[in-house]
Amino acid sequence: MKKKKAYSTNFIIGAVITGIVLVMIIIGFIHTPYDITKMNSAVKLAPPSLKHLMGCDNFGRDIFSRVLKGMGNTFVIAFATVTIGAVCGVVIGAFTGFFGGWLDEVLMRINDVLFAFPSILLALVFVSIFGTGKYNVVAALGIAFIPSFARIVRGEFIKYREMDYVKSARLAGVSQIRIIFVHILPNTMTVLLSSIMIGFNNAVLAEAGMSYLGIGVQPPDASLGSMLSESQTYLFSAPWYAIFPGAMIILMVLGFSLLADGIKEK
Amino acid sequence: MLLEVNNLNIEFYDHDLPERVVNDLNMKLDEGEILGIVGESGSGKSMTAMAIAGLLKRHDMKTEGEILFEGEELLHAKRDTLRQYQGNEISIVFQEPMTSLNPVKRIGWQVEESLRIHRPDLDSSERYRRAIEALRDVELDQPELIYKKYPHELSGGMRQRVMIASAMICEPKLLIADEPTTALDVTIQLQIVKLLQRLNREKHTTILFISHDLSLVRRLCSRIIVMQNGIVVETGTTEDIFHNPVQEYTRMLINAIPKLEKPVI
Repeated sequence: MKKKKAYSTNFIIGAVITGIVLVMIIIGFIHTPYDITKMNSAVKLAPPSLKHLMGCDNFGRDIFSRVLKGMGNTFVIAFATVTIGAVCGVVIGAFTGFFGGWLDEVLMRINDVLFAFPSILLALVFVSIFGTGKYNVVAALGIAFIPSFARIVRGEFIKYREMDYVKSARLAGVSQIRIIFVHILPNTMTVLLSSIMIGFNNAVLAEAGMSYLGIGVQPPDASLGSMLSESQTYLFSAPWYAIFPGAMIILMVLGFSLLADGIKEK
Repeated sequence: MLLEVNNLNIEFYDHDLPERVVNDLNMKLDEGEILGIVGESGSGKSMTAMAIAGLLKRHDMKTEGEILFEGEELLHAKRDTLRQYQGNEISIVFQEPMTSLNPVKRIGWQVEESLRIHRPDLDSSERYRRAIEALRDVELDQPELIYKKYPHELSGGMRQRVMIASAMICEPKLLIADEPTTALDVTIQLQIVKLLQRLNREKHTTILFISHDLSLVRRLCSRIIVMQNGIVVETGTTEDIFHNPVQEYTRMLINAIPKLEKPVI
Protein backbone atom coordinates (compact mmCIF):
# COMPACT_ATOMS: atom_id res chain seq x y z
CA MET A 1 0.00 0.00 0.00
CA LYS A 2 1.31 3.40 -0.97
CA LYS A 3 1.66 5.68 1.99
CA LYS A 4 1.52 8.96 0.18
CA LYS A 5 -0.91 9.64 -2.61
CA ALA A 6 0.31 11.79 -5.45
CA TYR A 7 -1.76 14.93 -5.89
CA SER A 8 -3.37 15.51 -9.25
CA THR A 9 -2.14 18.24 -11.58
CA ASN A 10 -5.37 20.13 -11.05
CA PHE A 11 -4.81 20.14 -7.34
CA ILE A 12 -1.26 21.45 -7.64
CA ILE A 13 -2.10 24.21 -10.11
CA GLY A 14 -5.14 25.15 -8.02
CA ALA A 15 -3.07 25.23 -4.85
CA VAL A 16 -0.43 27.46 -6.49
CA ILE A 17 -2.99 29.93 -7.85
CA THR A 18 -4.91 30.01 -4.58
CA GLY A 19 -1.65 30.48 -2.73
CA ILE A 20 -0.71 33.50 -4.85
CA VAL A 21 -4.19 34.96 -4.38
CA LEU A 22 -4.05 34.44 -0.61
CA VAL A 23 -0.61 36.04 -0.39
CA MET A 24 -1.90 39.08 -2.30
CA ILE A 25 -4.90 39.31 0.02
CA ILE A 26 -2.73 39.17 3.12
CA ILE A 27 -0.40 41.83 1.70
CA GLY A 28 -3.46 43.95 0.97
CA PHE A 29 -4.55 43.74 4.61
CA ILE A 30 -1.14 44.64 5.96
CA HIS A 31 0.12 47.23 3.55
CA THR A 32 -0.82 48.76 0.21
CA PRO A 33 1.71 50.81 -1.84
CA TYR A 34 -0.67 53.78 -1.98
CA ASP A 35 -3.65 54.88 0.09
CA ILE A 36 -6.61 53.42 -1.76
CA THR A 37 -8.70 56.60 -1.40
CA LYS A 38 -5.94 59.08 -2.14
CA MET A 39 -6.69 60.93 -5.37
CA ASN A 40 -4.03 62.39 -7.58
CA SER A 41 -5.20 64.21 -10.70
CA ALA A 42 -1.68 64.17 -12.18
CA VAL A 43 -1.86 60.43 -12.85
CA LYS A 44 -5.52 60.21 -13.89
CA LEU A 45 -6.01 57.05 -15.97
CA ALA A 46 -2.27 56.59 -16.21
CA PRO A 47 -1.24 53.33 -17.90
CA PRO A 48 0.65 50.63 -15.95
CA SER A 49 4.19 51.69 -15.09
CA LEU A 50 6.80 50.80 -12.48
CA LYS A 51 5.34 53.39 -10.13
CA HIS A 52 1.77 52.19 -10.61
CA LEU A 53 1.97 48.48 -11.47
CA MET A 54 -1.60 48.29 -12.75
CA GLY A 55 -2.04 51.91 -13.72
CA CYS A 56 -4.42 54.45 -12.22
CA ASP A 57 -8.17 55.00 -12.34
CA ASN A 58 -10.24 58.04 -13.27
CA PHE A 59 -9.50 59.70 -9.91
CA GLY A 60 -5.81 58.97 -10.13
CA ARG A 61 -5.98 56.23 -7.47
CA ASP A 62 -3.50 53.37 -7.69
CA ILE A 63 -5.30 50.34 -9.16
CA PHE A 64 -2.81 47.83 -7.74
CA SER A 65 -3.51 49.02 -4.20
CA ARG A 66 -7.24 48.99 -4.85
CA VAL A 67 -7.08 45.49 -6.33
CA LEU A 68 -5.22 44.20 -3.26
CA LYS A 69 -7.80 45.75 -0.95
CA GLY A 70 -10.69 44.75 -3.17
CA MET A 71 -9.60 41.13 -3.24
CA GLY A 72 -9.53 41.18 0.53
CA ASN A 73 -13.07 42.57 0.68
CA THR A 74 -14.34 40.10 -1.88
CA PHE A 75 -12.64 37.22 -0.10
CA VAL A 76 -14.00 38.14 3.32
CA ILE A 77 -17.53 38.54 1.98
CA ALA A 78 -17.36 35.27 0.06
CA PHE A 79 -15.88 33.48 3.06
CA ALA A 80 -18.53 34.78 5.45
CA THR A 81 -21.27 33.95 2.97
CA VAL A 82 -20.09 30.37 2.53
CA THR A 83 -19.64 29.95 6.27
CA ILE A 84 -23.22 31.01 6.96
CA GLY A 85 -24.54 28.91 4.11
CA ALA A 86 -22.48 25.84 4.97
CA VAL A 87 -23.09 25.86 8.73
CA CYS A 88 -26.85 26.38 8.44
CA GLY A 89 -27.04 24.07 5.44
CA VAL A 90 -25.16 21.27 7.20
CA VAL A 91 -27.35 21.47 10.29
CA ILE A 92 -30.59 21.55 8.30
CA GLY A 93 -29.43 18.86 5.88
CA ALA A 94 -28.16 16.63 8.67
CA PHE A 95 -31.37 16.76 10.67
CA THR A 96 -33.75 16.40 7.73
CA GLY A 97 -31.70 13.63 6.17
CA PHE A 98 -31.23 11.72 9.39
CA PHE A 99 -34.71 11.95 10.84
CA GLY A 100 -36.86 12.20 7.72
CA GLY A 101 -40.60 12.44 8.33
CA TRP A 102 -42.68 15.59 8.28
CA LEU A 103 -39.84 17.90 9.36
CA ASP A 104 -37.93 16.78 6.30
CA GLU A 105 -40.91 17.41 4.03
CA VAL A 106 -41.58 20.90 5.37
CA LEU A 107 -37.97 22.10 5.38
CA MET A 108 -37.22 20.64 2.00
CA ARG A 109 -40.24 22.32 0.40
CA ILE A 110 -39.07 25.67 1.86
CA ASN A 111 -35.69 24.76 0.47
CA ASP A 112 -37.17 24.15 -2.97
CA VAL A 113 -38.80 27.57 -2.92
CA LEU A 114 -35.51 29.24 -1.95
CA PHE A 115 -33.70 27.19 -4.54
CA ALA A 116 -36.05 28.17 -7.31
CA PHE A 117 -35.47 31.85 -6.49
CA PRO A 118 -32.39 33.33 -8.18
CA SER A 119 -29.87 34.13 -5.46
CA ILE A 120 -28.99 37.56 -6.84
CA LEU A 121 -32.67 38.49 -6.92
CA LEU A 122 -33.14 37.28 -3.38
CA ALA A 123 -30.15 39.33 -2.28
CA LEU A 124 -31.56 42.37 -4.12
CA VAL A 125 -34.84 42.04 -2.24
CA PHE A 126 -32.97 41.67 1.02
CA VAL A 127 -30.79 44.69 0.37
CA SER A 128 -33.72 46.83 -0.73
CA ILE A 129 -35.41 46.09 2.60
CA PHE A 130 -32.43 46.34 4.96
CA GLY A 131 -30.25 48.74 3.00
CA THR A 132 -26.94 48.35 1.22
CA GLY A 133 -23.56 47.54 2.73
CA LYS A 134 -21.14 44.69 3.33
CA TYR A 135 -22.95 42.98 6.17
CA ASN A 136 -26.34 43.01 4.54
CA VAL A 137 -24.84 41.50 1.41
CA VAL A 138 -23.21 38.78 3.50
CA ALA A 139 -26.50 38.00 5.24
CA ALA A 140 -28.47 38.03 2.01
CA LEU A 141 -26.05 35.83 0.08
CA GLY A 142 -25.57 33.55 3.08
CA ILE A 143 -29.29 32.81 3.26
CA ALA A 144 -29.41 32.30 -0.48
CA PHE A 145 -26.61 29.74 -0.20
CA ILE A 146 -28.21 27.58 2.49
CA PRO A 147 -30.41 25.42 0.19
CA SER A 148 -27.62 24.05 -1.96
CA PHE A 149 -25.64 22.89 1.07
CA ALA A 150 -28.71 21.54 2.84
CA ARG A 151 -29.57 19.47 -0.19
CA ILE A 152 -26.14 17.94 -0.61
CA VAL A 153 -25.76 17.11 3.08
CA ARG A 154 -29.28 15.71 3.27
CA GLY A 155 -28.55 13.34 0.40
CA GLU A 156 -25.38 12.15 2.07
CA PHE A 157 -27.15 11.56 5.38
CA ILE A 158 -29.90 9.56 3.72
CA LYS A 159 -27.20 7.41 2.20
CA TYR A 160 -25.31 6.89 5.43
CA ARG A 161 -28.08 6.60 8.00
CA GLU A 162 -28.89 3.02 6.98
CA MET A 163 -25.26 1.88 7.01
CA ASP A 164 -24.36 -0.94 9.36
CA TYR A 165 -21.86 1.14 11.27
CA VAL A 166 -24.55 3.66 12.08
CA LYS A 167 -26.73 0.80 13.31
CA SER A 168 -23.85 -0.47 15.42
CA ALA A 169 -23.38 2.98 16.86
CA ARG A 170 -27.07 3.12 17.75
CA LEU A 171 -26.74 -0.27 19.36
CA ALA A 172 -23.82 0.91 21.41
CA GLY A 173 -26.24 3.38 22.96
CA VAL A 174 -24.79 6.41 21.21
CA SER A 175 -27.14 9.40 21.25
CA GLN A 176 -28.64 10.58 17.97
CA ILE A 177 -26.90 13.95 18.07
CA ARG A 178 -23.56 12.24 18.53
CA ILE A 179 -24.32 9.83 15.68
CA ILE A 180 -25.15 12.75 13.40
CA PHE A 181 -22.15 14.93 14.13
CA VAL A 182 -19.46 12.48 15.20
CA HIS A 183 -20.26 9.31 13.31
CA ILE A 184 -21.83 10.43 10.04
CA LEU A 185 -20.65 13.99 9.41
CA PRO A 186 -16.95 13.12 8.92
CA ASN A 187 -18.02 10.71 6.18
CA THR A 188 -19.62 13.53 4.21
CA MET A 189 -16.46 15.66 4.31
CA THR A 190 -15.15 14.91 0.80
CA VAL A 191 -18.42 15.88 -0.81
CA LEU A 192 -18.90 18.79 1.56
CA LEU A 193 -15.41 20.21 1.03
CA SER A 194 -15.67 20.31 -2.73
CA SER A 195 -19.13 21.86 -2.56
CA ILE A 196 -17.78 24.46 -0.16
CA MET A 197 -15.13 25.28 -2.75
CA ILE A 198 -17.71 25.57 -5.51
CA GLY A 199 -19.94 27.59 -3.19
CA PHE A 200 -17.02 29.89 -2.50
CA ASN A 201 -16.60 30.50 -6.22
CA ASN A 202 -20.27 31.28 -6.61
CA ALA A 203 -20.02 33.65 -3.66
CA VAL A 204 -17.06 35.48 -5.22
CA LEU A 205 -19.02 35.89 -8.43
CA ALA A 206 -22.20 36.87 -6.60
CA GLU A 207 -20.35 39.47 -4.54
CA ALA A 208 -18.72 40.88 -7.67
CA GLY A 209 -22.14 40.98 -9.30
CA MET A 210 -23.74 42.74 -6.34
CA SER A 211 -20.96 45.30 -6.09
CA TYR A 212 -21.16 45.78 -9.84
CA LEU A 213 -24.82 46.63 -9.40
CA GLY A 214 -23.79 49.08 -6.70
CA ILE A 215 -25.42 47.38 -3.72
CA GLY A 216 -22.44 45.61 -2.23
CA VAL A 217 -19.28 47.28 -1.01
CA GLN A 218 -19.84 51.04 -1.04
CA PRO A 219 -17.36 53.55 -2.50
CA PRO A 220 -14.80 54.78 -1.68
CA ASP A 221 -14.02 51.28 -0.33
CA ALA A 222 -12.86 48.93 -3.07
CA SER A 223 -14.14 45.58 -4.23
CA LEU A 224 -13.38 43.76 -7.44
CA GLY A 225 -16.99 44.04 -8.59
CA SER A 226 -17.34 47.74 -7.91
CA MET A 227 -14.04 48.42 -9.70
CA LEU A 228 -15.32 46.57 -12.74
CA SER A 229 -18.49 48.60 -12.72
CA GLU A 230 -16.59 51.92 -12.46
CA SER A 231 -14.18 50.88 -15.16
CA GLN A 232 -16.71 50.21 -17.89
CA THR A 233 -16.86 53.85 -18.94
CA TYR A 234 -13.13 53.76 -19.67
CA LEU A 235 -13.05 50.35 -21.28
CA PHE A 236 -11.41 51.68 -24.45
CA SER A 237 -9.41 54.62 -23.13
CA ALA A 238 -8.00 52.75 -20.11
CA PRO A 239 -8.48 49.00 -20.59
CA TRP A 240 -6.11 48.13 -17.69
CA TYR A 241 -8.70 49.52 -15.31
CA ALA A 242 -11.07 46.67 -16.22
CA ILE A 243 -8.52 43.98 -17.06
CA PHE A 244 -6.75 43.71 -13.70
CA PRO A 245 -9.78 43.44 -11.37
CA GLY A 246 -11.40 41.07 -13.89
CA ALA A 247 -8.29 38.94 -14.09
CA MET A 248 -8.17 38.72 -10.30
CA ILE A 249 -11.76 37.48 -10.15
CA ILE A 250 -10.88 34.85 -12.72
CA LEU A 251 -7.76 33.83 -10.78
CA MET A 252 -9.65 33.47 -7.51
CA VAL A 253 -12.43 31.41 -9.06
CA LEU A 254 -10.07 29.32 -11.18
CA GLY A 255 -7.80 28.53 -8.25
CA PHE A 256 -10.65 27.33 -6.08
CA SER A 257 -12.31 25.34 -8.88
CA LEU A 258 -9.10 23.48 -9.58
CA LEU A 259 -8.63 22.82 -5.87
CA ALA A 260 -12.19 21.52 -5.64
CA ASP A 261 -11.56 19.25 -8.62
CA GLY A 262 -8.36 18.02 -7.05
CA ILE A 263 -10.11 17.18 -3.78
CA LYS A 264 -12.87 15.33 -5.59
CA GLU A 265 -10.41 13.27 -7.61
CA LYS A 266 -8.35 12.31 -4.58
CA MET B 1 -33.40 -16.14 33.59
CA LEU B 2 -31.56 -13.49 31.58
CA LEU B 3 -33.94 -12.93 28.72
CA GLU B 4 -37.56 -13.81 28.20
CA VAL B 5 -39.52 -13.10 25.04
CA ASN B 6 -43.27 -13.51 25.30
CA ASN B 7 -45.73 -13.55 22.39
CA LEU B 8 -43.63 -11.32 20.18
CA ASN B 9 -45.40 -10.13 17.05
CA ILE B 10 -43.83 -7.85 14.48
CA GLU B 11 -45.82 -6.38 11.63
CA PHE B 12 -44.80 -4.07 8.81
CA TYR B 13 -47.12 -1.51 7.32
CA ASP B 14 -44.97 -0.16 4.53
CA HIS B 15 -46.94 -1.97 1.81
CA ASP B 16 -50.64 -2.12 1.02
CA LEU B 17 -51.16 -5.21 3.09
CA PRO B 18 -49.68 -5.55 6.57
CA GLU B 19 -46.91 -8.13 6.67
CA ARG B 20 -46.36 -10.22 9.74
CA VAL B 21 -42.68 -11.10 9.91
CA VAL B 22 -42.57 -12.58 13.41
CA ASN B 23 -45.58 -14.47 14.72
CA ASP B 24 -46.18 -15.23 18.37
CA LEU B 25 -42.58 -15.94 19.28
CA ASN B 26 -41.69 -17.20 22.73
CA MET B 27 -38.23 -17.93 23.99
CA LYS B 28 -36.15 -18.00 27.12
CA LEU B 29 -32.44 -17.57 27.60
CA ASP B 30 -30.57 -18.62 30.71
CA GLU B 31 -27.46 -16.88 31.87
CA GLY B 32 -24.31 -18.29 30.26
CA GLU B 33 -25.99 -20.38 27.61
CA ILE B 34 -25.60 -20.22 23.85
CA LEU B 35 -28.88 -20.34 21.97
CA GLY B 36 -29.01 -20.74 18.21
CA ILE B 37 -31.77 -19.44 15.96
CA VAL B 38 -31.76 -21.07 12.56
CA GLY B 39 -33.94 -20.65 9.52
CA GLU B 40 -33.77 -19.61 5.90
CA SER B 41 -33.68 -16.01 4.66
CA GLY B 42 -36.83 -14.13 5.57
CA SER B 43 -37.78 -16.47 8.39
CA GLY B 44 -37.76 -13.60 10.88
CA LYS B 45 -34.65 -14.51 12.82
CA SER B 46 -32.86 -11.22 12.25
CA MET B 47 -36.03 -9.28 13.05
CA THR B 48 -36.23 -11.08 16.38
CA ALA B 49 -32.64 -10.11 17.09
CA MET B 50 -33.28 -6.48 16.16
CA ALA B 51 -36.33 -6.40 18.44
CA ILE B 52 -34.28 -7.69 21.37
CA ALA B 53 -31.52 -5.21 20.64
CA GLY B 54 -34.09 -2.39 20.56
CA LEU B 55 -33.54 -1.38 16.96
CA LEU B 56 -37.17 -1.67 15.95
CA LYS B 57 -38.38 1.86 16.49
CA ARG B 58 -39.97 2.75 13.22
CA HIS B 59 -43.21 4.42 12.44
CA ASP B 60 -44.28 1.94 9.77
CA MET B 61 -44.03 -1.00 12.11
CA LYS B 62 -46.11 -2.51 14.88
CA THR B 63 -44.69 -4.63 17.67
CA GLU B 64 -46.67 -6.56 20.27
CA GLY B 65 -45.72 -8.76 23.17
CA GLU B 66 -42.95 -8.27 25.64
CA ILE B 67 -39.21 -8.66 25.88
CA LEU B 68 -37.95 -8.98 29.42
CA PHE B 69 -34.25 -8.49 30.05
CA GLU B 70 -33.57 -9.32 33.69
CA GLY B 71 -37.23 -8.51 34.30
CA GLU B 72 -37.11 -5.10 32.58
CA GLU B 73 -39.49 -4.60 29.65
CA LEU B 74 -37.49 -3.45 26.62
CA LEU B 75 -39.81 -3.71 23.62
CA HIS B 76 -41.86 -0.64 24.44
CA ALA B 77 -39.28 1.10 26.58
CA LYS B 78 -38.31 4.72 26.01
CA ARG B 79 -35.26 5.38 23.91
CA ASP B 80 -33.32 6.70 26.90
CA THR B 81 -34.03 3.59 28.94
CA LEU B 82 -33.03 1.48 25.99
CA ARG B 83 -29.75 3.30 25.57
CA GLN B 84 -28.76 2.35 29.10
CA TYR B 85 -28.76 -1.26 27.97
CA GLN B 86 -27.51 -0.96 24.42
CA GLY B 87 -23.78 -1.57 24.19
CA ASN B 88 -23.62 -1.93 27.94
CA GLU B 89 -25.71 -5.01 28.73
CA ILE B 90 -26.76 -6.07 25.23
CA SER B 91 -24.44 -5.94 22.24
CA ILE B 92 -24.79 -7.07 18.68
CA VAL B 93 -22.41 -8.19 15.96
CA PHE B 94 -23.65 -7.88 12.40
CA GLN B 95 -23.29 -10.07 9.39
CA GLU B 96 -21.28 -7.77 7.16
CA PRO B 97 -17.90 -6.83 8.59
CA MET B 98 -17.05 -4.72 5.56
CA THR B 99 -19.73 -2.13 6.30
CA SER B 100 -20.09 -2.33 10.07
CA LEU B 101 -17.04 -0.19 10.74
CA ASN B 102 -16.98 3.54 10.10
CA PRO B 103 -14.50 4.06 7.24
CA VAL B 104 -13.24 7.44 8.46
CA LYS B 105 -12.52 6.54 12.08
CA ARG B 106 -9.60 4.62 13.51
CA ILE B 107 -10.22 1.13 14.91
CA GLY B 108 -9.28 2.15 18.44
CA TRP B 109 -11.72 5.04 18.43
CA GLN B 110 -14.54 2.74 17.35
CA VAL B 111 -13.74 0.05 19.88
CA GLU B 112 -13.71 2.66 22.65
CA GLU B 113 -17.00 4.27 21.64
CA SER B 114 -19.18 2.17 23.97
CA LEU B 115 -16.87 2.98 26.88
CA ARG B 116 -17.10 6.66 26.08
CA ILE B 117 -20.89 6.44 26.28
CA HIS B 118 -21.41 4.11 29.19
CA ARG B 119 -18.32 4.71 31.35
CA PRO B 120 -17.76 8.46 31.14
CA ASP B 121 -15.78 8.25 34.38
CA LEU B 122 -12.85 6.50 32.66
CA ASP B 123 -10.04 8.68 31.36
CA SER B 124 -8.45 8.21 27.96
CA SER B 125 -5.47 6.15 29.15
CA GLU B 126 -7.79 3.71 30.90
CA ARG B 127 -9.96 3.54 27.78
CA TYR B 128 -6.86 2.83 25.73
CA ARG B 129 -5.80 0.07 28.10
CA ARG B 130 -9.21 -1.57 27.93
CA ALA B 131 -9.42 -1.26 24.15
CA ILE B 132 -6.03 -2.94 23.74
CA GLU B 133 -7.12 -5.65 26.13
CA ALA B 134 -10.37 -6.17 24.21
CA LEU B 135 -8.47 -6.40 20.92
CA ARG B 136 -6.10 -8.94 22.46
CA ASP B 137 -9.08 -10.89 23.81
CA VAL B 138 -10.38 -11.47 20.31
CA GLU B 139 -6.99 -12.90 19.36
CA LEU B 140 -5.75 -10.07 17.20
CA ASP B 141 -1.97 -9.87 16.93
CA GLN B 142 -0.27 -6.58 17.74
CA PRO B 143 -3.34 -4.79 19.11
CA GLU B 144 -1.33 -1.57 19.53
CA LEU B 145 -0.80 -1.45 15.77
CA ILE B 146 -4.39 -2.34 14.92
CA TYR B 147 -5.62 0.31 17.34
CA LYS B 148 -4.20 2.99 15.05
CA LYS B 149 -5.40 1.51 11.76
CA TYR B 150 -8.38 2.38 9.59
CA PRO B 151 -10.96 -0.28 8.67
CA HIS B 152 -9.86 -0.53 5.03
CA GLU B 153 -6.45 -1.72 6.18
CA LEU B 154 -7.92 -4.87 7.76
CA SER B 155 -9.23 -8.12 6.28
CA GLY B 156 -12.81 -9.31 6.71
CA GLY B 157 -11.94 -11.76 9.47
CA MET B 158 -9.96 -9.13 11.35
CA ARG B 159 -12.80 -6.65 11.06
CA GLN B 160 -15.24 -9.16 12.45
CA ARG B 161 -12.91 -9.67 15.39
CA VAL B 162 -12.77 -5.91 15.86
CA MET B 163 -16.58 -5.85 15.82
CA ILE B 164 -16.66 -8.52 18.51
CA ALA B 165 -14.08 -6.59 20.51
CA SER B 166 -16.12 -3.41 20.39
CA ALA B 167 -19.28 -5.35 21.26
CA MET B 168 -17.55 -6.96 24.24
CA ILE B 169 -15.69 -3.96 25.65
CA CYS B 170 -18.35 -3.09 28.22
CA GLU B 171 -18.62 -6.80 29.10
CA PRO B 172 -22.30 -7.14 28.21
CA LYS B 173 -24.40 -9.95 29.64
CA LEU B 174 -25.94 -10.73 26.26
CA LEU B 175 -24.18 -10.83 22.90
CA ILE B 176 -26.35 -11.15 19.83
CA ALA B 177 -24.44 -12.51 16.85
CA ASP B 178 -26.54 -11.93 13.75
CA GLU B 179 -25.01 -14.25 11.17
CA PRO B 180 -21.51 -13.14 12.12
CA THR B 181 -19.84 -15.72 9.91
CA THR B 182 -21.88 -15.56 6.73
CA ALA B 183 -19.62 -13.10 4.90
CA LEU B 184 -16.42 -14.91 5.85
CA ASP B 185 -14.70 -17.88 4.31
CA VAL B 186 -14.94 -21.30 5.91
CA THR B 187 -11.67 -21.42 7.88
CA ILE B 188 -12.31 -17.97 9.36
CA GLN B 189 -15.90 -18.98 10.20
CA LEU B 190 -14.59 -21.73 12.39
CA GLN B 191 -12.12 -19.41 14.13
CA ILE B 192 -14.87 -16.93 14.90
CA VAL B 193 -17.10 -19.67 16.29
CA LYS B 194 -14.27 -20.89 18.50
CA LEU B 195 -13.65 -17.34 19.64
CA LEU B 196 -17.31 -16.92 20.62
CA GLN B 197 -17.15 -20.23 22.45
CA ARG B 198 -14.11 -19.05 24.41
CA LEU B 199 -15.70 -15.71 25.29
CA ASN B 200 -18.77 -17.57 26.51
CA ARG B 201 -16.65 -19.85 28.65
CA GLU B 202 -14.31 -17.22 30.09
CA LYS B 203 -16.60 -14.22 30.51
CA HIS B 204 -19.90 -16.10 30.93
CA THR B 205 -21.45 -14.00 28.20
CA THR B 206 -24.80 -15.31 27.07
CA ILE B 207 -24.83 -15.59 23.29
CA LEU B 208 -27.75 -15.55 20.91
CA PHE B 209 -26.32 -16.97 17.71
CA ILE B 210 -28.30 -16.47 14.55
CA SER B 211 -27.34 -18.41 11.49
CA HIS B 212 -28.54 -20.50 8.62
CA ASP B 213 -25.47 -22.67 8.81
CA LEU B 214 -26.52 -25.65 10.88
CA SER B 215 -23.05 -27.15 11.06
CA LEU B 216 -21.77 -24.09 12.90
CA VAL B 217 -24.82 -23.94 15.14
CA ARG B 218 -24.26 -27.58 16.05
CA ARG B 219 -20.69 -26.85 17.17
CA LEU B 220 -21.58 -23.82 19.22
CA CYS B 221 -25.07 -23.96 20.67
CA SER B 222 -26.63 -25.98 23.42
CA ARG B 223 -30.19 -25.24 22.36
CA ILE B 224 -31.71 -24.42 19.00
CA ILE B 225 -34.82 -22.64 17.79
CA VAL B 226 -35.88 -23.36 14.22
CA MET B 227 -37.89 -20.65 12.51
CA GLN B 228 -39.85 -20.62 9.28
CA ASN B 229 -41.93 -17.74 7.93
CA GLY B 230 -41.86 -15.94 11.26
CA ILE B 231 -43.05 -18.95 13.24
CA VAL B 232 -41.05 -21.13 15.59
CA VAL B 233 -41.47 -24.59 14.13
CA GLU B 234 -39.23 -26.50 16.44
CA THR B 235 -37.22 -25.95 19.59
CA GLY B 236 -35.04 -28.20 21.69
CA THR B 237 -31.53 -29.15 22.64
CA THR B 238 -28.99 -29.50 19.85
CA GLU B 239 -28.89 -33.28 20.38
CA ASP B 240 -32.64 -33.64 20.00
CA ILE B 241 -32.88 -31.44 16.96
CA PHE B 242 -30.15 -33.27 15.12
CA HIS B 243 -31.09 -36.80 16.06
CA ASN B 244 -34.87 -36.67 16.13
CA PRO B 245 -36.05 -33.75 14.04
CA VAL B 246 -39.82 -33.67 14.28
CA GLN B 247 -40.57 -31.28 11.49
CA GLU B 248 -40.02 -31.92 7.82
CA TYR B 249 -38.53 -28.39 7.55
CA THR B 250 -35.86 -29.12 10.16
CA ARG B 251 -35.01 -32.37 8.38
CA MET B 252 -34.57 -30.44 5.15
CA LEU B 253 -32.28 -27.92 6.82
CA ILE B 254 -30.17 -30.71 8.29
CA ASN B 255 -29.95 -32.48 4.95
CA ALA B 256 -28.73 -29.27 3.39
CA ILE B 257 -25.44 -29.55 5.30
CA PRO B 258 -22.78 -30.63 2.81
CA LYS B 259 -21.46 -34.08 3.65
CA LEU B 260 -18.08 -35.60 2.99
CA GLU B 261 -19.06 -38.47 0.76
CA LYS B 262 -17.36 -40.14 -2.10
CA PRO B 263 -18.81 -38.79 -5.29
CA VAL B 264 -20.65 -41.39 -7.35
CA ILE B 265 -18.94 -41.71 -10.68
